[in-house]
Amino acid sequence: MRREPPQRLGDYGPLFFPAGMLTVFFVVPFATMIAVSFFQREQGGFYQPAFVLDNYARFLSLFFGRVLGFSLMLAIAVAIACVVIGIPFTYLLSRSKRKIQILWLVALLSILSLSEVMIGFAWSTLFSRTAGLTNLFVWLGLMTQPQALTPSFGAVMTAMTYQAFPYTVLVLYPALVRLDPTLTEAARTLGASPVKAFFTVVVPALRNTILATLIMVFIFALGSYLLPQLLGRPQHWTLSVLITDQAIYQSNMPFAAAMAVFLVLVTLALVGLALYAGRQKEAA
Amino acid sequence: MSGLNLNNVTKQFGTFTAVNDVSLSVPDGTFVCLLGPSGCGKTTLMRMIAGLDLPTHGSINLAGHDITEVPTHKRELGMVFQSLALFPHLTVGENIAYSLRIRGVGKEEQKKRVDELLAMIHLPGFADRSVSKLSGGQRQRVAIARALAISPKLFLLDEPLSALDAKLREAMQVELRQLQQRLGITTIVVTHDQREAMTMADTVVVMNGGEIRQAAPPVEIYRRPADSFVADFIGQTNLIPFSVDGAGRATVLGEAVEGLSVSQGAKGMLSVRPEDVQLTAPGHGAITGTVSFVRDLGGAIETFVEAGGQQIVAVSSPRNRPEVTVGQSVGIRLDPETSVVLAK
Repeated sequence: MRREPPQRLGDYGPLFFPAGMLTVFFVVPFATMIAVSFFQREQGGFYQPAFVLDNYARFLSLFFGRVLGFSLMLAIAVAIACVVIGIPFTYLLSRSKRKIQILWLVALLSILSLSEVMIGFAWSTLFSRTAGLTNLFVWLGLMTQPQALTPSFGAVMTAMTYQAFPYTVLVLYPALVRLDPTLTEAARTLGASPVKAFFTVVVPALRNTILATLIMVFIFALGSYLLPQLLGRPQHWTLSVLITDQAIYQSNMPFAAAMAVFLVLVTLALVGLALYAGRQKEAA
Repeated sequence: MSGLNLNNVTKQFGTFTAVNDVSLSVPDGTFVCLLGPSGCGKTTLMRMIAGLDLPTHGSINLAGHDITEVPTHKRELGMVFQSLALFPHLTVGENIAYSLRIRGVGKEEQKKRVDELLAMIHLPGFADRSVSKLSGGQRQRVAIARALAISPKLFLLDEPLSALDAKLREAMQVELRQLQQRLGITTIVVTHDQREAMTMADTVVVMNGGEIRQAAPPVEIYRRPADSFVADFIGQTNLIPFSVDGAGRATVLGEAVEGLSVSQGAKGMLSVRPEDVQLTAPGHGAITGTVSFVRDLGGAIETFVEAGGQQIVAVSSPRNRPEVTVGQSVGIRLDPETSVVLAK
């Protein structure tokens, strides 16, 4: 099929609907947020149209810098954890029987139907001292005394990884199913053990998919604000928590907007950097 | 005991027996073709030799060692897959050097060997190309070079040429055979193309239903097929029923044929190659039939004759063009020398 560049205005027709949706639901709200981020805050939760940089200036402090750093680190850690667990899991899943595949995929999809609140409380119960997993370890003789595992960084990481894991598998699954199984067999005949074949053939052949998955989980995890509050200490709170706090509880909309804009910019920069690095390596 | 030896190898998938009690001996340096229709177990047999599948029963010996339980990556073999399975994320050179890299061979030595192999497959200077930019024939050669990089003890090819067009396939068959003879490497090829098997192999192993029907040199397979399956699968043949009376006289389609080595009271099939069927004038002890169709292919003329409810095909060269027309009554003479009696 020969594709010609659109000639008349009518040829762009199919693009109008998505463009309209994008404008109404993304461009307009985002532009509003950028505008609000420059507004002047007034006492009592109101704000005045103005053009001041106070909100951004306030943000450039050590405290907020640390929170931003932690948020990015947490999102990157969750993305890496998801991919590290997700690739071998999905690889084995794609090589198993059809019935088992369907069972796992249904189970993973059902996690998506759980709200963040439910996931948070379920894990806080599992990590609690009175009813948690440690009681099981005590019963098994692995521990002497039940312990509270929450609030802690580990608890936040676990719950967030759990929440993002189904998305990871759903993104990796089609690529792994399409991957020619004879590639690993060929690697084995050429002298690679199954583990070595996995790391020298499967992982590199899926590099672009893995990069896309990392970026997706990273962005997904960056927006999380409930789980850090439910399972973490205040130092484990992310920038999203602070934004919510400023916007809803402190009624400081301009400052919340400034933080959100900054978060979006940093995210875009990081994603751009990751894509650039990926392309560089491909060209090499 | 050198070479490759399969001893009573059986492979079952659930209740289905893919390979049934196969024993085969492949001497060092020979070229063997596993030939058969799809589903005959030839690929399963090759996968067991490669270690990608484990036999349910039986054992596999290579150069005197039992390798039945040895994992694939320790077997020191080279294999070319039907899909070629070139690594898409690596260049041509990196693909070929993969087995060397896995074994920790130095960069310099890798490069030297890659250049050697690229010269061997007539693709010098291709090391830095991407495999996705190669043509079908070039990809084929790269897959062969990759499999030969470590100078393996055993070279396995699973339907290696099936993705190529007919002309290129013929050329690659000749090239592959010449390469194998130059390197003197023990080679096993799985194929369903009997021309391919006849072109390349020292020994053709005809398989059907998970069993070996006959293992012999190509010409013997063609001239002396062991049973009607082999006769029919290898080239074209006429399968004609015969019977022998109490006095030991053989009758074929109502006419006595002298000189067949058959036992008294036997019944069975004769396999007669179309080029061995002689058309003569009717009568004088010849089988009588009617010409039903003549096909002139330029290089050969095929004459279809109806005799006793049986269709017999005769092939003649243009030099001995039979002067027959459709509907004409002709005589068919069978040479006992070239008529193969098949048991059963």
